[in-house]
Amino acid sequence: MQQDSTNKSTTDAITEVSQLTKRFNSLTALDSLSFKVCRGDILGLLGPNGAGKTTAIHCILGLVTPTSGSIRIMGLDIARHRRKILARVNFSSAYTALPSNLTVRENLNVFARLYGLKSARVRIDSLLELFEIEATNDSLTGSLSSGQLTRLNLCKAFLNDPEILFLDEPTASLDPDIAAKVRDRLQELQRQRGLTMIYTSHNMQEVEQMCDRVIFLAKGRIVMQGSPAEIIKQSRSRSLEDLFISIARNGHLYQTVDNQEGEPCGSG
Amino acid sequence: MWLRISAIVMRFFFLHRRSVARVMEIFFWPVMNLIVWGFVTAYLKELALPKTVLFLLGAVILWDVLYRSQQGITLAITEEFWVKNIINIFISPISIGEFLAAICIVGLIKSVVTTIVLGFLAFFFYRFNLLSAGPGLVLFLGNLLLFGWAVGLFTMALIFRYGRAAEALIWGVPFLIQPFSAVFYPVSVLPFWLQKVAYLLPSTYVFEGMRQVLATGVVDVSMLGISFGLNLVYLLLGSLYFSWMLRKVREMGYLSRFHLE
Repeated sequence: MQQDSTNKSTTDAITEVSQLTKRFNSLTALDSLSFKVCRGDILGLLGPNGAGKTTAIHCILGLVTPTSGSIRIMGLDIARHRRKILARVNFSSAYTALPSNLTVRENLNVFARLYGLKSARVRIDSLLELFEIEATNDSLTGSLSSGQLTRLNLCKAFLNDPEILFLDEPTASLDPDIAAKVRDRLQELQRQRGLTMIYTSHNMQEVEQMCDRVIFLAKGRIVMQGSPAEIIKQSRSRSLEDLFISIARNGHLYQTVDNQEGEPCGSG
Repeated sequence: MWLRISAIVMRFFFLHRRSVARVMEIFFWPVMNLIVWGFVTAYLKELALPKTVLFLLGAVILWDVLYRSQQGITLAITEEFWVKNIINIFISPISIGEFLAAICIVGLIKSVVTTIVLGFLAFFFYRFNLLSAGPGLVLFLGNLLLFGWAVGLFTMALIFRYGRAAEALIWGVPFLIQPFSAVFYPVSVLPFWLQKVAYLLPSTYVFEGMRQVLATGVVDVSMLGISFGLNLVYLLLGSLYFSWMLRKVREMGYLSRFHLE
């Protein structure tokens, strides 16, 4: 698991979203969204509630069928190669849970099989150790604290050694100490393995610390994108948090970023 | 493929292993039903009614096969909604076919276990020998199991579409079918137009066949054949309906909303 690949390629787009639109009756949740994620990057998908972050991630994972547009992951079209893609990516969210009446190891065993790992004992042991929850091995999942649950979800998310990890508010409801530990572990894994992450969070300090690039969404449109430092400078905000508040309150005043092809990898 | 199917089966084995309530759910209602109907049968025998009152016990046991089979698969999927695990399953590389196969196996295991327990209890308490139906019993059970899966597919499709609001259907749908399946009485007692409806259900042929075999010892293979044919049609329609509903659910974004309910 500890493969070192710090020299990440910055010219290789691992995810390409093109003209992605999703309408739910009269509501346009995503409006011609286009962006690329480069291999090894951490992309922050930001925006106020209802901006379209979760819908975008769920479209990329094939949980929601887009109204129009295309999504290519590792060169494959999600609409046609969903299972091939899902075997190589994973997802962790503060809003999903693993069955509470199974033990930690039972849950991980079930998901190891789902991801095709016949003998997962060593892998599960190393992940539990990595996320410092090895003592919970035989505990019922329902008896874990929220910090332990988050780390268990992350163990599940790393079972198949994913090339892309989707994280939906992974540190929501964690105390600052545990949240910092989780961030450290994620960054460590990202550096070691050249992992690509697509990340949503409402914690702007966390985003500044974690993300190479961020995309701000408002009403399903991209209104700003770039590295955290770039967009703070570009927007003349004092911080990402200020920019977030400004977009949340005046999103309609921001121009849609003309991003038909997405930013090329290696441009930053 | 088998590894992924075994993952889901294993998940339900782990769940039941330490949940007395869930294990009791497999046995409690069927056993209670058997006890009540067993005493009714004993009373009817005291009244010197024909031996055919034993049909009631056979009907109770066979009905439970259909019921458990339908419940096995619908509860399996609802369980994933309850614990907010459905997204984790659907973003794993398991196919819908593999998932359905896995939960059908869960339904099969529950049905087999319940039938064995009820068969033993019926024999020891009421001297009713389920095996007296002969080798045809396997065909009766198989057809009911298949129909339970077909009904389960329709029920699951509605649960996917309407979420928790449709959960009552898990327990309600089988009882919608029961009066027309001639479970406890022959089809001939139904009004003529309902007889037409009854003969559209695979279960009707099984219960009619069961009564015939208990009375005469003869298995009417043609009736079981019709039942099997109808089952294939219902399974095909159920699968198509489920796939169509799942596609609609993905379009409407309901799949990603279940964890918020």
